[in-house]
Amino acid sequence: MANIIGAVTTSHIPAIANAMANKAEETPYWKPFFDGYPPVRKWLNDKKPDVIVLFYNDHGLEFFIDKKPTFAIGVADEYHNSDEGWGIATIPPVTGESELSWHIANSLVEDGFDMTICQEMKVDHGLTVPLSLMWPGNEYGHVKVIPVCINCEQHPMPQPKRCYALGQAIGKAIESFDSDMTVAIFGTGGLSHQLDGEGAGTLNRKFDLECMDKLVESPEELTTYSNLDLVKIGGAQTVELNMWIAMRGVLRGKVTELHRNYHAPISNTGAGLLLLEHEMPN
Amino acid sequence: MTANDPTQPVPGTYLFDGNMAKKGYGLNKMCFSFNEQSARDEFNKDPDAYCAKFGLTEAQIKAIHERDIIGLLQQGGSIYYVAKFAGLLKLNMQDIGAIQTGMSLEEFKAMLVKRGSGEE
Repeated sequence: MANIIGAVTTSHIPAIANAMANKAEETPYWKPFFDGYPPVRKWLNDKKPDVIVLFYNDHGLEFFIDKKPTFAIGVADEYHNSDEGWGIATIPPVTGESELSWHIANSLVEDGFDMTICQEMKVDHGLTVPLSLMWPGNEYGHVKVIPVCINCEQHPMPQPKRCYALGQAIGKAIESFDSDMTVAIFGTGGLSHQLDGEGAGTLNRKFDLECMDKLVESPEELTTYSNLDLVKIGGAQTVELNMWIAMRGVLRGKVTELHRNYHAPISNTGAGLLLLEHEMPN
Repeated sequence: MTANDPTQPVPGTYLFDGNMAKKGYGLNKMCFSFNEQSARDEFNKDPDAYCAKFGLTEAQIKAIHERDIIGLLQQGGSIYYVAKFAGLLKLNMQDIGAIQTGMSLEEFKAMLVKRGSGEE
């Protein structure tokens, strides 16, 4: 069976890509954010996972609201980034893992998660910013990425408990894949923030820190929130926490926190970073 | 204001739901097109003609003209697509945060710093 060795959560906001492009990592504004990343990069470079299953949301690059999948999975050999309209640089192609992707897709539908299965899928900053962050200079070509996209843009959105269950089903699928490959899981986006309306600029540091604690120790507590709860507590886009919750659902075995960082604000958001090690259940 | 709208349960927040998605379809479709440079160029050349192409309502066209972000949300705009219109105007998320809250950019940033540090 494929071996799930750990997980990372990270912000994915476009401003990070601009900061890297402008070499602003050491400026007072950005330093407390970027200083969190070297231990995670080192872990990834030491452990060299073969595959990353990456939970993200598409902010209107691949999917428009003409047809909006609740859950989508990429099954391609390669993914491309593209112009999103407001000027972050596009990044080189991302390598896929078609065989494991199809295995996961088959297993998910068998288990009642009726995924949209994508052989072509443009990936936006939700997926690309985390890769650029983990492998500076976009040196990620050796890692195979499986994109899992969760609707966080249009209500009704899948609820936290459903996203957690999706993660559990993906964990089961990976565990049943006949291979000795190693897999790491990325949960991206969040934490508290609100971009739209008179409530723009909503942030909730206390809630973000609680979420990070619970994500490690008692993730099922997070599944008792509804999306509307998250909107009220942390702002409209706090629903991106669902990607973190889905990530955590994948980890059925023993989880050890190796590293964390939290800094707010980064642009309009609370930016959390977690590195978790995972031992497979017996 | 959202406070008077029974379909919007969180003050200051325009939940993008089925009602909004239907109301704002043409507007969002136009903004989605701004992923392409050629579409941005076409809009810039003749905004009214470009809005007409997507069947925008008068209220939506007015909000586009006035760069009225709250107006665009009220008319069914999704922030993710409105952001592409903002990008065309060279405005980022913090700029439009300030516009929506009626603050200066510096005031908006200062509010975020306060909240981020847990002071507020």
